[in-house]
Amino acid sequence: MSLHIFSMMLQASGWTISLSAISILLGLVLSTVISAAMLAKNRAVSFAGRAFVSFFRGAPLLVQLLLIYNLLPVLGLNVPSVVAAIIGLTLCTAAYQAENLRGGFMSVPKGLLEAADMLGMTHFQQFWRIRAPIALRATLPALANEAILILKASSLVSVVGVVELSRMAQDLASSTFQPLPLFATAGFLYLVINSGVALAAQKLEQSFRWGVKV
Amino acid sequence: MTLDIDLITSMGPELLRAAGVTLSTWLCGALAALVLGFVVAVARRYGPSFLNPILRAYVELMRGTPFLIQLFLLYYGGPFVGISLDPIPAGLLGLSVYGAAYFSEIFRAGFEAVPRGHIEAGECLGLSRTQIVVRIMLPEMTMLILPAGVNMMIIMLKETAVLSFITVPELTFKISQIGSANYAFVESLFLLACIYWGLVELCSHLGYLAESKVRKYGLSHA
Repeated sequence: MSLHIFSMMLQASGWTISLSAISILLGLVLSTVISAAMLAKNRAVSFAGRAFVSFFRGAPLLVQLLLIYNLLPVLGLNVPSVVAAIIGLTLCTAAYQAENLRGGFMSVPKGLLEAADMLGMTHFQQFWRIRAPIALRATLPALANEAILILKASSLVSVVGVVELSRMAQDLASSTFQPLPLFATAGFLYLVINSGVALAAQKLEQSFRWGVKV
Repeated sequence: MTLDIDLITSMGPELLRAAGVTLSTWLCGALAALVLGFVVAVARRYGPSFLNPILRAYVELMRGTPFLIQLFLLYYGGPFVGISLDPIPAGLLGLSVYGAAYFSEIFRAGFEAVPRGHIEAGECLGLSRTQIVVRIMLPEMTMLILPAGVNMMIIMLKETAVLSFITVPELTFKISQIGSANYAFVESLFLLACIYWGLVELCSHLGYLAESKVRKYGLSHA
């Protein structure tokens, strides 16, 4: 495999990384809202949250991507395929992350919130200073897991025409007739990226272990 | 945007056949993965020590690379090393080798959760290693690994959609074909999403049922 082909693969893995990173971050924001909805006292709100999670965990990501890619133009939104891919990945990962975060929020000890009430903290303060940090720390390993899953799932966005790592390997394989080395290289690059994410998560987890034991 | 019912009824037989392919690849692939995963987990625990790093590398490779890439390697790269498979056998092989890595980790966690004392008690009573695994470890860990196992079954059901990339005539492949032939992408894909959703809900419901059965008949001490 020539250096030129390898650099093309590296460039494509840049797409894989940035697509996944954007989707994970947007998904994290969205999942905070959804997990709050699932935990809400209002029946209709919590039902909506649960229905969202159930649907996006219940249908294959490939089908969701195809659906979103074809649905947006019908609704009059002509967005580039990259945007459709990000929307698909974000909605899917938001559903999984919401479930993780819900578990995290439920693990916050009641006593801490009562103490905060006593100290006169507002709900907003309680959320940002107590619930969110504790929930985030509790769900960090699960979130790292989800990040790796999304990195691998991003191989599916080739179906809506985004040239990320898998699509690049596929295109190069069909033009050079060398599928074996190309797909093996793609697999190796995914492995390197995922190992990096796993290592970063481990470091982050260690730095998160501040004083208080929960 | 309306769902054309005639379209679905006229494609009925073809859709049923595609659903059959999805269900059979899922069930056969998952069953093979379950058995292979068990073998890998047992080999890592009781096999010769040189096997352990090899099997660990296998598990990490399968978990660290996308299923799509594995499938492409097998289907398009396979012929270059003498493995020429038709789409369905290639899909089944890919699915079971991929799923087995995850199942082996589930079994490994289960093995580790069995209290040492129970295994030692079995050894004292003169049970063979097979008897200890089948009579003590498997029943005790059933309750523990059931939720994770059902989860993996659901993941594998959804991974069968990826088989459409190598032209396995399953639901996703057929329905997107029908969709592009009739310019009815959204309807057909929405229908497809609902079918998968229904199957997944059914699977997780069966999982709950199995869990409550296991709990009722006291298969486990967990």
